[in-house]
Amino acid sequence: MGSILAVFDIDKVRNDFPILRTEIYGKPLVYADNAASTQKPSQVIDSVSELYTKHYANIHRGVHYLSQKSTALYEAARETIREFINADKVQEIVFVRGTTEGVNLVASSYLDPLLQAGDEILLSEMEHHSNIIPWQMLAERRGARLKIIPLLENGELDLNALPDLLDSKVKLVALTQMSNSLGTINDVSVVIDQAHTKGIPVLIDGAQSIAHMPIDVQAMDCDFFVFSGHKIYGPTGIGVLYAKEKHLLKMQPYQGGGDMILSVSFEKTEYNDIPYKFEAGTPNIAGAIGLARALDYVSELGLSEIDAYEQALLTYATEQFSKIDGLRIIGNAAKKGCIVSFILEGIHPHDVGTIMDMEGVAVRTGHHCTQPVMDFYQVPATTRVSLSFYNTKAEIDVISRAIIKVKELMG
Amino acid sequence: MSELRELYQEVILDHNRNPKNFKKLEIHSHYARGHNPLCGDKLELFLDIKDGIINDIAFLGSGCAISTSSASLMTQFLKGKTVLETRKYFESFHDLVTGKSLEEGDLDKLGKLAVFAGVQEFPARVKCASLSWHTLINALDSASEIAETE
Repeated sequence: MGSILAVFDIDKVRNDFPILRTEIYGKPLVYADNAASTQKPSQVIDSVSELYTKHYANIHRGVHYLSQKSTALYEAARETIREFINADKVQEIVFVRGTTEGVNLVASSYLDPLLQAGDEILLSEMEHHSNIIPWQMLAERRGARLKIIPLLENGELDLNALPDLLDSKVKLVALTQMSNSLGTINDVSVVIDQAHTKGIPVLIDGAQSIAHMPIDVQAMDCDFFVFSGHKIYGPTGIGVLYAKEKHLLKMQPYQGGGDMILSVSFEKTEYNDIPYKFEAGTPNIAGAIGLARALDYVSELGLSEIDAYEQALLTYATEQFSKIDGLRIIGNAAKKGCIVSFILEGIHPHDVGTIMDMEGVAVRTGHHCTQPVMDFYQVPATTRVSLSFYNTKAEIDVISRAIIKVKELMG
Repeated sequence: MSELRELYQEVILDHNRNPKNFKKLEIHSHYARGHNPLCGDKLELFLDIKDGIINDIAFLGSGCAISTSSASLMTQFLKGKTVLETRKYFESFHDLVTGKSLEEGDLDKLGKLAVFAGVQEFPARVKCASLSWHTLINALDSASEIAETE
């Protein structure tokens, strides 16, 4: 523990995030709701502010100076994202509103035209609702059905079930790389390899994983990868769909509108090239630029260093919370991101959340948009502590004391 | 911590640990289910009403301390009351937990239910305190659908 905490300049890092200096009910904020959304460093806030102060205009087709400046920044952001996830080509990066829209885009533009009655879509039992509902809606429309890779008691997926599940009816696998409610990190390469031997494409939901581990979509060989900017220290309302070029070239447009066309007449419209074909309307220009700055920020810290630091925090939090009588951690996978979901015997998570809030500790309570996971563990809800590289060991002690306070008050 | 003590008063904690009228009424004239999708609270409410008077009332379900104790105290409070009064109490209770000023005398009429005044400091918890009451109104209106506080 000591070594990694020593190499990570936590004071400098915390200083980059103005909101961490906030007091809540007169107590220093302990922000432990990072799986829901992360806070923003000054570098990101400033990049958005600078755009609007100095460079802003609508992008593409403008002949004037600011339009060209904005366009250059927007397209440079796309290149930053390509590099961050090591995509082969910049055309493979499609800007969307977030993970949810990315999944919906793939469901509508890729799978919908291919899917026939009786076909199957393979998901896992630990998916976020955003990686369930778009597929469910599509399956209902087409008379297809969902199949599920089952959970094991420790919070890992039962990958032994995979060969039987991957039959010829499966047209797509959609899987999270890291569970938002359990913290489990899935070995997605195993799933991708097995699916590919049967010619089945795979979508990876990177909403959680993106901020916590290096991502290389070419090494992973996934067909689609989706993530949201706001979960990696960037603005809300911006996200990314990565798709292999061969898929994008075949996919139908997602929405119609400006910027996604080459020529329009009332008889016929010729669509723009990828990725613009999927980006109808004026996009979230500031969001894209802020996201690129966030990725630069994360790269400067180093994802391997972030991962090591966060793993040390996870180990410490797991040890400390386990000492608390009546506390049961939900999700004990061998490989986890820094998320600790727990239940306190006889105390409802909503009461836990309210009392911890009064101690300045922001945690999330509820089903975390993963009701199938709650059903699996037969709990209505959990309290989730989700940490980031700006959290500290001292903050974990504050959280532990807050949990003990909950027990005293409710006992 | 003082707001927390206001919220989690002993009466509320007691009713959470040992809820009153926590059972199914085999014979009932009115029934409704309530659900708070955000926190997963679920409850079933049974009423035995005759000649406009609540002869018996009971509930089952699972939820947080605020929602469980609210259901428990509500059932205790409403036993023997008329349906007409009950609708008026719903209004008063709702005003109490949302921090609206109550008409003179209305707070006194709520009796023990006044312990839920602390909820007004916690807007996120209003729906917990009011779930059982919304379910009650649905049962009285004989609505077949599930009451939701979201």
